[in-house]
Amino acid sequence: MLNKTFAEMGYPGRLIAVEGLDGSGKSTQVYLLKRWLQLQNLKVFFTEWNSSEVVKSATSKGKKMELLTPTTFSLIHATDFADRYERQLVPLLKAGYLVLCDRYVFTAFARDVVRGCPIDWVRGLYNFACLPDLTFFFKADFEVSLNRILQGRPQLKYFEAGMDLGLSTDIQESFRIFQGRILEQYLAMSTEFNFSIIDANTTIEPQQDLTRTIVAKTIPLGEFHFILT
Amino acid sequence: MKRSAKKPLHKRGPIQRRVVTPRRSSHRFYGHGLPGVDASQLGGKLIVVEGADGSGRSTQIAKLVEWLEAAGHATVQVGLKRSNLVSEELDNAKRGNVLSRTTLSLFYATDFADQLENLILPALRAGFMVLADRYVYTLMARDLVRGMDEPWLKNLYSIALEPDAVFYLNVSPENLVQRNFAKDFALDYWESGMDLGLSRDMFDSFLKYQRMVVEKFRHLQTIYNFTILDGDRPPDVINRELQRKIQSIVAGRSR
Repeated sequence: MLNKTFAEMGYPGRLIAVEGLDGSGKSTQVYLLKRWLQLQNLKVFFTEWNSSEVVKSATSKGKKMELLTPTTFSLIHATDFADRYERQLVPLLKAGYLVLCDRYVFTAFARDVVRGCPIDWVRGLYNFACLPDLTFFFKADFEVSLNRILQGRPQLKYFEAGMDLGLSTDIQESFRIFQGRILEQYLAMSTEFNFSIIDANTTIEPQQDLTRTIVAKTIPLGEFHFILT
Repeated sequence: MKRSAKKPLHKRGPIQRRVVTPRRSSHRFYGHGLPGVDASQLGGKLIVVEGADGSGRSTQIAKLVEWLEAAGHATVQVGLKRSNLVSEELDNAKRGNVLSRTTLSLFYATDFADQLENLILPALRAGFMVLADRYVYTLMARDLVRGMDEPWLKNLYSIALEPDAVFYLNVSPENLVQRNFAKDFALDYWESGMDLGLSRDMFDSFLKYQRMVVEKFRHLQTIYNFTILDGDRPPDVINRELQRKIQSIVAGRSR
């Protein structure tokens, strides 16, 4: 199904995905987008990558103990996605919701491939899912992302820096190489999956302004009001 | 004849002192395989025993371990839902029956991949005889019964290593019921396919579900070419057949 959007599949709901490197600021942007939609009294649901209750403890155990290989890393995230997809996204989209996803299948396509999983295999895992109706890619330079992450917390995390790949013993250097490769993957699929690219090096407000403009232009928001009877 | 078969191994005659070095087999993955793993570098043998609950898999494997160790081969046993990574979570999720089919399928695949990379492959590299109590075929058969897409499953499990031998213990559903009752006087919710809503009667559902699984196994057999054994025979008779077949694999003859 990975060649049709929810709209093309006849779902009444619409799915908006945001993608970007760690520290690109996409979570801030999707939060502001959600608030804007909610405050218009629209039917909105927000979900994050790697947040399924059922799978969470396994993922965090695997990460903490560094038990994960590229294959199990990929599979456990696919499990997490499938759980949210089948139990929440599909029913909500059938009920006519606007679903906002902080990361979608493209995150797996980029990361898992950089970790060495074959691209066909990874895409095959996720082919039960439909494409988003709108995908934003927040494109920031490494230095900008790195600074944003380090401002928020003192240290980079093991997996976000790709330390499992043994690219460098220096965590910041490893982060740069790893994120650089992920960026390549994202850019390579940006045309195929029709990403709306937002320059994430600027301040928050112009990015949000552009994001809202694109959403309003693409999705007939008036159709997503709560109808109270 | 029957009495001698039940005797412990050491009373059955002298145990051979000479240990046969297995002929090296060339291993390969079904498809994509695993990043960074060269299957052709693996030694040992991977032997899979498949079959429903109550088909006698664990009895057969225990006997095979004894026999293999007596012959001087080191063994490792693996099974489903035994990974460090997700077995606990999988158990919890199954108990609450909260997972949808794709999620459950991927959860099992994660468990499998974890054991493949952390248990099966290291053991084969070290030249062990790996005995697998079920393998990807059970997972595929269960998912196929639940309507999962076959090409999707094949892609998912293209990471699996092709075993040196796969034995499927075929036991009639009626016989399975009796064996399950004899063991713990109850049928398992999942082994009865109760999630499928085939029947509200568990006994009825068990029979229907097991027939559906057998049908899927027969289909998979045509693709993956495993050996179907008549599991309705006495355990020792089955084990002797398994030993003969495994012996020829160790000797490097084709199955």
